[in-house]
Amino acid sequence: MLAWTIYLSFAGALVQALLPKGKAELSRWLALAVTVAGLALAVAGFAAGMGQGRVIIADVPWVPAMGIHYLLAADGISRVLVLLTGLAAVAGVLFSWNIELRTNEFFAFYLALIGGVYGVFLSFDLFLLFVFYEIAIVPKYFLIAIWGSTRREYGAMKLALYSFVGSSMVLIGLLAAYATAGSHSTSLIALSHANLPVNFQMWCFPLVFTGFAILAGMWPFHTWAPTGHVAAPTAASMLLAGVVMKLGAYGCLRVGIWLFPRGLDPWGFSFIGVGSWRDVFAILAVVGIVYGALVALVQTDFKFVIGYSSVSHMGFVLLGLMTLNQIGMTGAVMQMFSHGIIAGLLFAIVGRIVYERTHTRQLAELETMHLSKRLPFATWSFVIAGMASMGLPGFSGFVAELQVLIGAWSVKPWWTLAAGVGIVVGVAYTWRAMQKAFFSDKLPTPDEHPKTGWPDLGAITWPEYTGVALLVGVSLFVGLYPRILLDAIEPAVKTLLAGGGQ
Amino acid sequence: MNYTDLFRATLPETALEVAALLVLVLDLSLMRKAALKARVAAAALLGIAGCGAALWAVLLQGNQGLVFKDTGEFLLTTGGYAAVAQAGILVLTALTLLLLVGEVFTHHIGEYVAVVLMAAAGGLLIAAAQDLLVIFVGLELLSLGLYILTAFAKSSGKSAEAALKYYLFGGMSAAFLLFGFSYFYGLSGSTNLAEIQRAIAASGPSPLFYVAWILVVAGLGFKVAAVPFHLWAPDTYEGAPAPAAAFIASVSKVASFALLITLSLNWLAPGQGHGSLAFLGGVYQTWPALATILLVIAAASMMVGNLAALVQVSVRRLLAYSAIAHAGYILLGIAVHPVYNWQESLISFTQSARGPAALSANAVLYYILTYGLTTIGAFGVVDVVERATGSDRLDAFLGLHKRNPVLAAVLLVLFLSLAGIPPLVGFWAKFNLFAAVLANSAGVVPFRLVALAVALSAVSLYYYLQVLKRAYVMPAVNETPIKAHPVTLAVLVGIAAAVVLLGCFPAWLQGWIGSF
Repeated sequence: MLAWTIYLSFAGALVQALLPKGKAELSRWLALAVTVAGLALAVAGFAAGMGQGRVIIADVPWVPAMGIHYLLAADGISRVLVLLTGLAAVAGVLFSWNIELRTNEFFAFYLALIGGVYGVFLSFDLFLLFVFYEIAIVPKYFLIAIWGSTRREYGAMKLALYSFVGSSMVLIGLLAAYATAGSHSTSLIALSHANLPVNFQMWCFPLVFTGFAILAGMWPFHTWAPTGHVAAPTAASMLLAGVVMKLGAYGCLRVGIWLFPRGLDPWGFSFIGVGSWRDVFAILAVVGIVYGALVALVQTDFKFVIGYSSVSHMGFVLLGLMTLNQIGMTGAVMQMFSHGIIAGLLFAIVGRIVYERTHTRQLAELETMHLSKRLPFATWSFVIAGMASMGLPGFSGFVAELQVLIGAWSVKPWWTLAAGVGIVVGVAYTWRAMQKAFFSDKLPTPDEHPKTGWPDLGAITWPEYTGVALLVGVSLFVGLYPRILLDAIEPAVKTLLAGGGQ
Repeated sequence: MNYTDLFRATLPETALEVAALLVLVLDLSLMRKAALKARVAAAALLGIAGCGAALWAVLLQGNQGLVFKDTGEFLLTTGGYAAVAQAGILVLTALTLLLLVGEVFTHHIGEYVAVVLMAAAGGLLIAAAQDLLVIFVGLELLSLGLYILTAFAKSSGKSAEAALKYYLFGGMSAAFLLFGFSYFYGLSGSTNLAEIQRAIAASGPSPLFYVAWILVVAGLGFKVAAVPFHLWAPDTYEGAPAPAAAFIASVSKVASFALLITLSLNWLAPGQGHGSLAFLGGVYQTWPALATILLVIAAASMMVGNLAALVQVSVRRLLAYSAIAHAGYILLGIAVHPVYNWQESLISFTQSARGPAALSANAVLYYILTYGLTTIGAFGVVDVVERATGSDRLDAFLGLHKRNPVLAAVLLVLFLSLAGIPPLVGFWAKFNLFAAVLANSAGVVPFRLVALAVALSAVSLYYYLQVLKRAYVMPAVNETPIKAHPVTLAVLVGIAAAVVLLGCFPAWLQGWIGSF
């Protein structure tokens, strides 16, 4: 059933590409129908998979000469991320309801991207996963370059090249693993039992992990993320932050950690306290958390604040992965889901609801606009989203970050301490942006009050209401009842940690 | 060897030559007064029929060959990888002929098609040749045809300039090649590849052998446009009429790489322990220097091709540099190629081998055939745009998605395939090749070169996107629709569909190549 999410999205993309020009309305409804159907399938698949372990969905020989199978499967982690993709896809369509330029092409690229993302989360064959991973790169480029804003061609090219360099590193690693394992199967399940030599894992793990982590926004390879997010049209930023960065983190987990577990072993010597690749990447993750938060604190562009906050939040995911314990890694997957929802919501508010009405994202200009009075819906949505983003209890972010921090504490307490600093700064930048953008009472010129009242900013449309309600609802629901996801994630993480080949 | 054998073995070549003569007769006598359109259609159809007949002959031939009576060695083989290359040459030739429809660069359409068919016959010969003399005859037949085709746009100065450059470089490289061949003959007393191999294996490689090999590599490096013998390629690609450029970029490459497979199967095979270079990981038990030369050229081609393509403003030159880069990838596959027992006869090898060597030869063939297909399509698109805008500059592609959405979509598919994005066929070509290289040799150097190749294909995405960016992203300067001839458009869409389908089902072509 879950496999149909992939086919449906690609079929939708094809239909959109063939749609005659000038049928914007039809194209929108079609995109909404396809993504809603995808979400329905994802929910149904999630519900059906409750309490089950890994389920093989499809297994057909694809390239028999090399042992490559078209192998789709789903475990708890996949199901959670497929669900996230479904939600983000629907929300993205709702918030791009106002795309008028080349609408059908927009949704064609959009659905192709979604199809690739579904494919990655469901692939259990090394090269099938890679194929879907690369399919997701090209639509991103066109989405940003054609429909983007600030420095869009630069942002799009940077993102495409970063992604492609990352996937080249992954490909080199995968080819080497394939050649070294010498097995005639490229299924992840088989390869995780392949007992690859430790010294091979020692160099292949960092290569593959870094390759994937580039897309997860790992410091110092994160620079594509803020520029890409800012340049992208709203729906694309939502998808970038919501699911595409998760592709990278998912690859780190599913391929990097699962196939090369010994790559995380201690080197046998330590250099200023760093004694394994695990330490290296954990430190990079912590640096990312703190650095992203600090940089977000001084941004003048509203969207850059959110962009850097994504880098910070994705740091939690990577840190959670590096704890290598049950609670930390569960937290990492939780954080992927939670950040996907919350970042999507933040980008939607900043990029669609506010920007499309004020035509500025400069905090200094927004300060003079008294948005709390003029756009109360946007204001309160942002307050809720900001609280969720800070990790307030009751929202999904709290459950996720707490678990990551607990997991990290049991490994090295100072990781938790440093990440805690990141959380505090996170409160500060969210507060600052909220205050400046919505609650400031500055006036354009100090002594003059507008006499005729503010010009009308335009009413909030139904897609915006629906989208915000969807995302806020999900974040609250998961925050209040996290078991629904944890029950799926925990056994999957357990299996993964038990691993093969040791 | 009697004439029946000769006729049977050269049936495909004969079919092409007969078709060439028929085209000449038809065009110069019966249809002399007919309209150009009709003449183009007739000549192209007849040429395609000739290709079809030759293809039929190739597929029916089976694994045998033409044996030279005195020595019992092959002059020509049929079947095996040679048949795959020949079938590829014929299909690609037919496609380039289809691109002729609607062309206006010449009135001498009969001569053009005849020369194409004769050059293709040369390609068939060198794909199957097992003897230095046959190789040389085939190469010259192909090359002379290519020089003429390059110069065919008589009213264009660029075309003449390109042809002259191509001819001068080509003549020199042929001289190198012949000089190298003469050394081989001098060293072994034979012109047969297998005999040369045996003679040298018996006596051990003398320094002269390396000299001869370097000369041969220089000659063939020119044919496949490998650095540092690549200088002709950008000029020729830019100046030649588009169908001719497509022919040079595809058919001539297939034939030359098939020849390189033949040579490397015969000469790079590990033999009776002539030492090894430790840094190559001990894979090359014999004559490691030969493979090393190829590896150096491969690395240089990948680097120069990809980096130089970054700064091109002419799309044809961009395609030329990208062709140089692709030649580098393929040479990598050739260089770390053959780990097969050469003492078995060639025929039993082609029939039975399913080992690493077969994998690698198949990967090279897969790469070059799909690359040829893609590049013909790319030249087809460039040609249509060029005829409408008068230029092949990057800026001529501005707003192509508005001016002709179908053409833009074809361009998107083909260029992404060239960049190696899955699920298009270019990805599998690279993937097969690199996997075969790694499977054949666990050495450090091949692995680093594969890493370099993969890294450079990331670079290549940049310049392919430069073209696509203009077609899709940047605003159009001129929005008048670009008209393409329906046949041309159908061919281009067909090629793009093939690129997608072969990419989604990579096992089809692999299985077909493996079945020979």
